Amino acid sequence: MSTASTSAPSGSARAGFGPILEVQDLRVQFRTGSGLVNAVNGVSYTVSEGETLAILGESGSGKSVSAQAIMGILDVPPAEITSGRILFEGRDLLTVSAEEQRKVRGPGISMIFQDALSSLNPVYSVGFQIGEMFRAHRGMSRKDAKKRAVELMDRVRIPAAAQRVNDYPHQFSGGMRQRVMIAMAIALDPRILIADEPTTALDVTVQAQVMDLLKDLQRDTGMGLVLITHDLGVVNEVADNVAVMYAGRIVERGTVDDVFGDPAHPYTDGLMSSIPQLEAKGGRLLPIGGQPPNLANIPSGCPFHPRCPKRRIGADALPGRHCAEDVPPLRLVVPGREAACHYSEEVLGA
Amino acid sequence: MPESTGNAVAPGEPLLEVKDLKKHFPLTQGIVFKRTVGHVRAVDGVNLTLRRGETLGLVGESGCGKSTVSKLLVALEKPTSGQILYKGRDVAKMGGRALKDYRREVQIIFQDPYASLNPRMTVGDIVAEGWSVHADIAPRKGRLQRTQELMERVGLNPDFVNRYPHQFSGGQRQRIGIARALALQPEIIVCDEPVSALDVSVQAQVVNLLEDLQDDFGLSYLFIAHDLSVVRHISDRVAVMYLGSVVEEGTDSQVYTSASHPYTQALLSSVPVHEPHLRGLKERILLQGDVPSPANPPSGCRFRTRCWKAQDICATEAPALVDRGQGHPSACHFAEARTVVPLEG
Repeated sequence: MSTASTSAPSGSARAGFGPILEVQDLRVQFRTGSGLVNAVNGVSYTVSEGETLAILGESGSGKSVSAQAIMGILDVPPAEITSGRILFEGRDLLTVSAEEQRKVRGPGISMIFQDALSSLNPVYSVGFQIGEMFRAHRGMSRKDAKKRAVELMDRVRIPAAAQRVNDYPHQFSGGMRQRVMIAMAIALDPRILIADEPTTALDVTVQAQVMDLLKDLQRDTGMGLVLITHDLGVVNEVADNVAVMYAGRIVERGTVDDVFGDPAHPYTDGLMSSIPQLEAKGGRLLPIGGQPPNLANIPSGCPFHPRCPKRRIGADALPGRHCAEDVPPLRLVVPGREAACHYSEEVLGA
Repeated sequence: MPESTGNAVAPGEPLLEVKDLKKHFPLTQGIVFKRTVGHVRAVDGVNLTLRRGETLGLVGESGCGKSTVSKLLVALEKPTSGQILYKGRDVAKMGGRALKDYRREVQIIFQDPYASLNPRMTVGDIVAEGWSVHADIAPRKGRLQRTQELMERVGLNPDFVNRYPHQFSGGQRQRIGIARALALQPEIIVCDEPVSALDVSVQAQVVNLLEDLQDDFGLSYLFIAHDLSVVRHISDRVAVMYLGSVVEEGTDSQVYTSASHPYTQALLSSVPVHEPHLRGLKERILLQGDVPSPANPPSGCRFRTRCWKAQDICATEAPALVDRGQGHPSACHFAEARTVVPLEG
């Protein structure tokens, strides 16, 4: 009974086949006293139903700013989205009205943050804050909203939820606060959950509990999860796909198995060999030399070239592939894998 | 090596011994009339031995008291009870000249490279500040040159001697902190989470630097961190802390490949590994609940409220940190060596 129109891309996206969220060539700048800071420089990615995409990067790589742009929580000014499209179920969030954005984001995309204590309001009970989602978006009464809040607290495995619903954020431990945040975020069954360093402030035993909870919730609801982190271990254990960011660009992308198993970008390769192992004492660490770039003054050509052991400059470089002059595009290196390096083929299998 | 605190200690001999160290902070109520209503038992009976030239790793989660141990060791806090013996002498009984020497010989590097450097002082002044107290280490005349040598040694451009901390990145600031500690020619450096605030790519640079300096100057490190991989990499021996006391101690391979305390096992099981081929091979032990408050710790074994092995005896009798046949000391009545993390290869 299907007609041509029902098999159009937007229709299939709703049915869960195509990507739910599509970010295209996003660019974000900050105007600061010390000049123009280019935080995000042309980032594109997609997230499908049930997928976990990890965005891996060090501080200042633009991983959080790109997520804030999706959520519409950038401070404008000083921030400015200079180009790009953010398509949620086929609709560009950057072109629709503010009221429309709110309607889409509330039930469609939600976000949790690193610091749960400063993300929660200290003068309202957690039950009130979780219930706010239902009051604001579903017009529920206070009483009904609180009832739903208790259900949600149960779902994120907060013990004795019915007794704790009237407690305030400071009465909870770090791990429990993060669960409260997760409860708020999943209240309206979002299609996409963006988790910005959700476990960085937590101890490892609690981190394991929270990551476990997020995976279970994802399995139940089929939501897409965007996991922003700097921790390679967390990426390896929970994500399907990974996008590695450096200086506001994605420098490598693929499945976690491929990217971590055999990096195609010297930066990813450097990260892998600079962290010590848990399962063996290992030899000397091989750090990446130098410092991460200043985003107000990103190096010409490949932004990683000043720190890159594989760079080719001067006579060594092939025409059009001069590391200090030509910006390497994110290109398909082997099937299923993209990397932004002129000489990825030499990095692979090394 | 300066030997003003008495006799020299040969490599491998105990340099610093901590015996049943306790630090309880009072909890008070009331504004005018302060009443003590309880105590936070931050450190509650810690025993450690640091030998010359070795690195002792101290791991534990937040609130377990590892930073309080570091403050006690550098005499920034006074212990409630227990002893710190440095080259056989009790630090609490030191005074005047001896304490001054002790403070020079035991230096500390802090976690936060932003908060631990005075923003109004130049790098040169920060590194050289210790010499205004310990003037005999560096003659006044050659101090600038010595400062620049130290900066070069820790990988900083010596031309930046007149710059201020804000002009450096996190990793470079941590190097400034290391140079400041080195300036006083210490025997021991207490490293309190020295790489936790740094990015992964920079962390390895600082870890390598610490290893090189240890080889060059024969330093002993007490390396405090919550990152178990980093601790394993740098340490010769490792002590695991939980709620104010050491629950397991041994060489790095004893603790990491045959952990015998349930807490150590759970901790190792929780650390995510970064190699795809090891994913899922690790045993999964998911602990329930949170760490109890150190103001009101459980009776008997501190870990029993979260432990899957707990029996009646655990509530009544605190287990001693001894070898129960598993090859290294563990504070569990039912200690049993177990391989949680798959062995490489």
